[in-house]
Amino acid sequence: MTITAPDIDKAAKPVKVKRGGVLGNTGLYIATGVAAVLFLIPFYLIVRNAFMTDPEITGEEWKWFPTSIQWGNITEPFDDVTVDFARSLWNSVVVAVLHTAGILLICSLAGYGLARIPYKHANKVFYAVLATLMVPTAVTFVPSFVLVSSLGWVDSYRGLIIPGLFSGFTCFLFRQYFLGFPKELEEAARVDGLGYWGAYWRVVVPNSLNFFAAIATITFINGWNAFLWPLVIGQDPSAWTVQVALSSYMTNQTVNYHLIFMATAISILPLIFVFLFLQRWLVQGIAQTGIKG
Amino acid sequence: MSTTTTRGVAQPAPAKVSKTRPRRGLRASSTFNFWLFTGPFLIGLIIFVFVPIGWSIWLSFFEARFTVTPSEFVGFENYKQVLTDADFRGSLVTFTVFAAFIVPATWALSLGLALLVNRLRFMRAFFRSVFFLPTAVSYVAASLIWKMSLFNGVRFGLANTVLGWFGVENIAWLSNPDPPWYWLVIVTVRLWLQSGFYMILFIAALQNIPRELYEAASLDGAKPGWQTFRHITLPQLRATSTAVILLLLVAAYQAFDEFFNLLSKATWGQPPLVELYKMALGENQNYGAGSAGAVVLTLLICVVTLVQGKIMGFGRGEESK
Repeated sequence: MTITAPDIDKAAKPVKVKRGGVLGNTGLYIATGVAAVLFLIPFYLIVRNAFMTDPEITGEEWKWFPTSIQWGNITEPFDDVTVDFARSLWNSVVVAVLHTAGILLICSLAGYGLARIPYKHANKVFYAVLATLMVPTAVTFVPSFVLVSSLGWVDSYRGLIIPGLFSGFTCFLFRQYFLGFPKELEEAARVDGLGYWGAYWRVVVPNSLNFFAAIATITFINGWNAFLWPLVIGQDPSAWTVQVALSSYMTNQTVNYHLIFMATAISILPLIFVFLFLQRWLVQGIAQTGIKG
Repeated sequence: MSTTTTRGVAQPAPAKVSKTRPRRGLRASSTFNFWLFTGPFLIGLIIFVFVPIGWSIWLSFFEARFTVTPSEFVGFENYKQVLTDADFRGSLVTFTVFAAFIVPATWALSLGLALLVNRLRFMRAFFRSVFFLPTAVSYVAASLIWKMSLFNGVRFGLANTVLGWFGVENIAWLSNPDPPWYWLVIVTVRLWLQSGFYMILFIAALQNIPRELYEAASLDGAKPGWQTFRHITLPQLRATSTAVILLLLVAAYQAFDEFFNLLSKATWGQPPLVELYKMALGENQNYGAGSAGAVVLTLLICVVTLVQGKIMGFGRGEESK
């Protein structure tokens, strides 16, 4: 485009005029509002069911709100003897945190190496990494399980976490990001005698925290929500993550609606917090990189 | 070690020149640093990605039941078994039907939401958050809500309750393949979970469209609304749309969580990964056939990706990203 950069306010005006008057705006807000209500219904259902008694949930007549809020339901998933819910929550915390920390460390280093350190075979290495992107990770769960089970890592944190740390995709994202990182900054640091390693930790990382935060948020959410791999690895209930525990509720013989929904609410809560506080980075990261890991 | 120096100023510093230099020479060597940075990742990649892939290709030519060490060479027997397996082929049909619904639906809904949110002037961040919020929910949790409450087949499910107000009989959403209402459940759960994410991509792309284009169009007499959308917005979103459709397709191919949880007892509507799971980790633990299935699925997705990239011109639209 050869057009000179416009004054944004000026440019905005004619567009504004086009966009209908009060009527168009009302329609816009009604449409958005209806969509928003539809999107919130599932959240409403969780909360409604979590604080009701079972007879109320399954009752003849639909009740929008519990007659009296059952605060006692909050502890019920933890007292349940059929599924060790507390244990599964703890497993999820450990797995999601270590998964995130590991990926950030390993993939960012590799991404930086591929983007910035000259080496005559760097291109070949990069193509080898790119090639792994062609193979969808979910499809390789059979071979990965074969490997992990022969290492004896079934039902262990190692088995849950380590195989997922070497994400060609995250490495690729970091490489793309570092390619755009201002070179002058690191070169100044290296001239000062820091070397690649020192320059990386003292200059590059501190100036890339936004990007790290974005990747961390996405990775954490994916780690917490992962299901297929934990299902495959967690053969024993003691190694279940919270997602596997939730899944087991659905196939249990006896269905305790309020308990199941309270457990679901508890399992989502940490992510809602992560989400609300880190949304800025998340949105930025998605807009920048375009993809969820 | 080859000391290809990075900058002209850095001296090659061979280790023998002086006793005080080697450490610095090593630290300055870009080859050493390259491996220092990428080594841990590459070692892991080899062990946990390349080795399993190679191993499973190897296994796919052997008889391997209940064990991951191959016992007897069977040639293409596993492939034959997988490809003639009615369940496995059925799963490819399931994927095709699923993709035919979910890909266009998500594309349209996420683009629609992006257009709405992008035009808001008040409470924009609020509405964007509402549509984006489901991204934080897992497929398992969402499946649970859909199965146990929203689309519960008995009268106290919300969908059946609402339908009941209009005199419609209870619908067994998931436990009856005929009529195939389960598709509505399966598709809406994913639609709810992923639309907000793709909406963010579209919002970012919409904001990158130069405003001058709209001005020029309005000077030329283009009516706002459909005409501008059709001739300016949509073509400008081409690169993003292509990427989104590709991502949606690959994601649909790997669908597992909601099918596994929603249709756990069903014999219908089983997508490829669920079949693979049953084959390798079900009662038979047939790792040979499971590996062959994984190889077939991987090849298929590669072909689909390449063909789709070619048809939609992946490389072409990149400039607007």
